[in-house]
Amino acid sequence: MVPRRFVVRSSRPDTRDTRTLELSPVDGGPLAFDAGQFTMLLAFGVGEVPISISGDPTAPDPLVHTIRAVGPVSRALAGASPGTVLGVRGPFGTGWSVGDGRGGDVVFVAGGIGLAPLRPAIREVCAARADYAHVAVLYGARTPDDLLYADDLQRWAGEHDVEVQVTVDHGQHAWRGRVGVVTELVARARFDGARTLGLVCGPEVMMRYSALALLDRGVRKDRVRLSMERNMQCGVGLCGHCQLREYFVCVDGPVLPYDALEPLISRAEL
Amino acid sequence: MRSIPEYLPAHPFFAGLDDRWIELVTGCAVNAHFRAGQQLFHEGEPADTFYVVRKGRIVISTRTPTGSVVLDTVHEDDVLGWSWLVPPYRWTFDARATDETSAVRFDGACLRQKCEADPELGYALLQRVVQAMSERLRSARVRLLDLYGAPT
Ligand SMILES: Cc1cc2nc3c(=O)[nH]c(=O)nc-3n(C[C@H](O)[C@H](O)[C@H](O)COP(=O)(O)OP(=O)(O)OC[C@H]3O[C@@H](n4cnc5c(N)ncnc54)[C@H](O)[C@@H]3O)c2cc1C
Ligand code: FES
Repeated sequence: MVPRRFVVRSSRPDTRDTRTLELSPVDGGPLAFDAGQFTMLLAFGVGEVPISISGDPTAPDPLVHTIRAVGPVSRALAGASPGTVLGVRGPFGTGWSVGDGRGGDVVFVAGGIGLAPLRPAIREVCAARADYAHVAVLYGARTPDDLLYADDLQRWAGEHDVEVQVTVDHGQHAWRGRVGVVTELVARARFDGARTLGLVCGPEVMMRYSALALLDRGVRKDRVRLSMERNMQCGVGLCGHCQLREYFVCVDGPVLPYDALEPLISRAEL
Repeated sequence: MRSIPEYLPAHPFFAGLDDRWIELVTGCAVNAHFRAGQQLFHEGEPADTFYVVRKGRIVISTRTPTGSVVLDTVHEDDVLGWSWLVPPYRWTFDARATDETSAVRFDGACLRQKCEADPELGYALLQRVVQAMSERLRSARVRLLDLYGAPT
C-alpha cells in the first residue's frame, strides 16, 4: 500500500516533547476515520511509525496527529515544520466505538500521551452529549508541564458537562490540582459502574491498573476497552510484527476489550 | 452542611459500620475548619488525630535540603492520618490546607480507647484504616514505576 502525500499545515507545541500537527492531503479528499484508529505516518528518508488520529472524526480535514518525540522517527515527525510533506497510510485498526455507551455513562481514562487517541472519542461524545448519562475524563500525567490539551479539558468540563479530573505524579507547590495516580481518580469519579463503558489509553501498566480499578467499580470486563501498542510495519495484518498471541494489533486492535486482553497483559513476556 | 451523625454513615470509610459503632466514634469527632495556608501538622509532632475531609484540599509534603516536596494531595471524602493508631504516634509528614478546608477531626486517644473497650469495633476500624493505607501504598508503588516518564 503506497502512502498518500500530506503536507504539514501547522505545528503546535503541546509539551516539551510533544507537538500536534495538522496535515492536508496534497491531492485527493480528506481521510475519513473512526475515533481510535491510527495511520502509518512516514517521515521520508527516516521511517514510518503508527500514530493515532487525535482530531475530530466529524471534520477529518485537517488530519490531526499528536506526536511525542521518543526516537528517530517520532522525533522527525514531531519536528516536521509547516510545508513538510509526510506520507500517510491508513486509517487502520479498530476504533473505540464509543457509541456503544449511549444511554449510559462513559469513562475515559488517559495516561500521558494516551489522551491523544481518546480525544476523537471524547469529541464524539461531546457532539451528542444528550445521548449519554454521566461522562468522565480522568487524566494522569507525570507533571503539570506534561498535560496535553488544557483548552479542551476546560471546554469539556465547562461546556459539555463532563467530569474532568486531572492528577499528576509530581507536582510542586504551585500546582493547584491533585497529586497522585490516575487509578485513584477511577476510584472516586461519579459514575455508575453497572452502566458504564470504560475506554482506557496510556502506557500498558497504567492501562492494566486502570482496567482493574474500573472492574472494582463494577464495570463489566467486556465494557472496558484498551488501546494496545505494539511495533508495527505493514499495518494491514501481513507481516506479523504487531502480533499479541492470537491478535494482530494493527487489524484486530489497537482497541480491544479487556476480557480478550486479560489473559495476555497480565502475563510477562508476550 | 450536614451534621456529623448525618455525614459519617454515608461516607465510604464508615460504610457498613453498625449504627451503634458510628454513634460511638461520633463521640470522638468534632468539626474542624482550616484557612487556605493553615498548617494541620508538622513532621515529628505528636499525632493524635484522624481526619475525614469534607471539602477543600490538603497538601502532604516533606522537607528536603532543596526545599519542600509535595508527596500527595488530599481532597473531599479522603481520609488523612493513621499515625494515631500505632506507636510512636508521630506525624511522618507535613500537612497544610491550600484551600478553605472543612473536615471531621477525630481524637486518636478517644478512638483507641473505644477500640480497646470494644475489640469488634477496633477490628472493623482497623480493617478500614488498613484498606485506606493499602490504597495509598498501591498508588505510591504505581507512581514508583514512573509510567509516563522516560520512554520505556
Ligand atoms: C496503534 C498505535 C498508536 C500510537 N499512537 C501514538 C500517538 O498518537 N502519538 C505518539 O506519540 N505515539 C503513538 N504511538 C507510539 C509510536 O508509534 C512510537 O512512539 C514510535 O513508533 C516510536 O518510534 P521511533 O522510531 O521514534 O522510536 P524507536 O526508535 O522505535 O524507540 C525509541 C525509544 O522510545 C521507546 N518507545 C517506543 N515507542 C514508545 C512509546 N509508545 N512510548 C514511549 N516510549 C516508546 C523505545 O523503547 C525506545 O527506547 C502509537 C503506537 C501504536 C502502536
Ligand atoms: S503490523 Fe504487520 S501484521 Fe500488524
